[in-house]
Amino acid sequence: MGDSEGFLESCGEDTPALAYELRLFISGASPNSIRAVENLKAICEKHLPGRYKLEIIDIHQQKELAEFDNVIALPLLIKKSPGTERRMIGDLSDTNRVLKGLGLIK
Amino acid sequence: MSEIKKNHKRPYPTLAKTLTGIVGLDEITEGGLPTGRPTLICGEAGCGKTLMSIEFIVRGAIQYSEPGVFIAFEEKIDELANNVASLGFDLMKLQDEKKIRIDHVHVDRSEIEETGEYDLEGLFIRLGYAIDSIGAKRVVLDTLENLFSGLQNQAILRTEIRRLFSFLKEKGVTAIITGERGDGSSFTRQGLEEYVSDCVILLDHRVVNQISTRRLRVIKYRGTVHGTNEYPFLIDEEGISVLPVTSLKMNNEVSSERVSTGIPALDDMLGGKGLFRGGSALVSGTAGTGKTSLAASYANETCNRGESCVYFAMEESPSQIIRNMRSIGIDLQKHVDSGLLFFNASRPNLYGLEMHLVAMHKCITKYQPRAVIIDPITNFINIASVSEVKNMLVRMIDFLQEEQISVMFTALTLNTIVNEQTDEGVSSLVDTWILVRDIEFNGERNRGLYVMKARGMKHSNQVREFTITDNGLNLVEVYLGPDGVLTGSARQEQILLEQTGEAIRTQAVSRKDREILRKRKVLESTIASLKTEYESVEEELNKIYIEEELKKQILDKSRAEVTRFRGGEEIEKTKEKTDNKSRKKDKE
Repeated sequence: MGDSEGFLESCGEDTPALAYELRLFISGASPNSIRAVENLKAICEKHLPGRYKLEIIDIHQQKELAEFDNVIALPLLIKKSPGTERRMIGDLSDTNRVLKGLGLIK
Repeated sequence: MSEIKKNHKRPYPTLAKTLTGIVGLDEITEGGLPTGRPTLICGEAGCGKTLMSIEFIVRGAIQYSEPGVFIAFEEKIDELANNVASLGFDLMKLQDEKKIRIDHVHVDRSEIEETGEYDLEGLFIRLGYAIDSIGAKRVVLDTLENLFSGLQNQAILRTEIRRLFSFLKEKGVTAIITGERGDGSSFTRQGLEEYVSDCVILLDHRVVNQISTRRLRVIKYRGTVHGTNEYPFLIDEEGISVLPVTSLKMNNEVSSERVSTGIPALDDMLGGKGLFRGGSALVSGTAGTGKTSLAASYANETCNRGESCVYFAMEESPSQIIRNMRSIGIDLQKHVDSGLLFFNASRPNLYGLEMHLVAMHKCITKYQPRAVIIDPITNFINIASVSEVKNMLVRMIDFLQEEQISVMFTALTLNTIVNEQTDEGVSSLVDTWILVRDIEFNGERNRGLYVMKARGMKHSNQVREFTITDNGLNLVEVYLGPDGVLTGSARQEQILLEQTGEAIRTQAVSRKDREILRKRKVLESTIASLKTEYESVEEELNKIYIEEELKKQILDKSRAEVTRFRGGEEIEKTKEKTDNKSRKKDKE
């Protein structure tokens, strides 16, 4: 965790306007989905306060997006920017992997 | 599928089936794949799983108006479209018309970070959405196992795949799931067969003697009868065709119609009418005995009747055959031009035996000929054993009989020491067996033709000399001389000899005739002279008699006159009377 904070600070200094664009696909109110939303919010608040834009999509409501975004496993978190697109599946309970996916740790 | 149900009127409801539209597969499965259930198609890489499944979707959309969803885990849409464009399927157009829907699911482990519990709800929603958007009745998942390489959590995957199958059943779609063949005894690497319990089809691509053959087998089809054998199948420009060639039934209808062989003298040998329509004939013989010429003559005759004919040439190219046959006065080119004659030339080792059968089957189904020629069948030996060739030909004959197509095989006998019974072992299968043989005698080779057998017709037991002339083929009477059968120049010699004998005999006969005539004349003259003699004797006798009579009359008269004189009558009157009397006597 210490590493990540150090990284964040340096990030903040160099590119303060760096905004995280995140898209989280969930399926209704399934336990996995609820957990994923909670976990993601916690991570973002902790590591990216004010620097992220999160869009939560219930795939049941917008089925056509499933093909568009190549959704297979749910919940799915897509980091659209910065950098290359990354995909994370699961309820985001493995914080280390999430941070790694977001490029917050190496 | 409803048609199938109607066709099979059974007292109890049977499993509903969905026609695949793939040639032959519907026959093997007796109506297609189980409706509303998933079917597993498994096989090694490159055995045609994807093609078979896409054909199922496309044919469903085009032929049976059943929209279909194709979920591609391996190939992208444009790749797929390119791959099947050669089969004449325009996926993009079908997709625009909402007849099919292709969805490429890309799973790449390197792009995905697993961060906890998940499920495949996304895939379900996607699939469900795709199905609902076009009202799909058919679904293909190709290849579902790719999920295993993209996602790590096997436990989740297995649960989700189980859920997927029940989801598909719930949706009521007829589904095909493809899977790569695994090592050992399992049909698929991930053991998908344990989820699909209704129908499992195994595709196989085997190379035997450097020749590859694709085969298909229905391993399992719950609740229904199906063909259990391995069936060869072919992938060509028209897609997949499977040949359910092993028909165990022998209830073909037979025709008693006769067709000419194109050689009147041969027709004469076969009871004067030729071969049975829909029958099979084998022409066997050593090299250069005119088997191809016989076959070409038959083809020519068929076309002359206005019937179509397919000529499978295994040794010579069509142009070669046409050229060669022109030299003996058979013009096949005009029949080719008019579309009645179709040549299908291929080397036997082009593909396996079964594939040949499939290819021939396809070609025959396409052209619907009344007669088929396979020239020669012997070359099949190069690619398979005798028993396999025999098996294949049994099926071929079976199929042709069913279609009422006449067939003529030619076969090369390799050894001149007569080994007639083993011409690919098919001589027992065919209805008519014509043997053309070299007769070597007197420093020359000539051809002799025998009808070894002809089922169900009167046929000649004679050996006939078979000649190939500028005007076609002909059969000549074979001469039986004191030294055996005479052919060629020996026959000519014999003919001359006999002609000479004939002349001499004629001469002798005419001499005898003259002799008889002379004798008759002599006899006749003798008879005439005897007659004359008789006449003269008769006359002599008559003369004496008359004289005697006259004498007697005169005596009587004179006696009477004397009496009268004595009585005193006139002499004159009496004289007159006497004259009249004598005249009367003369007349009498």
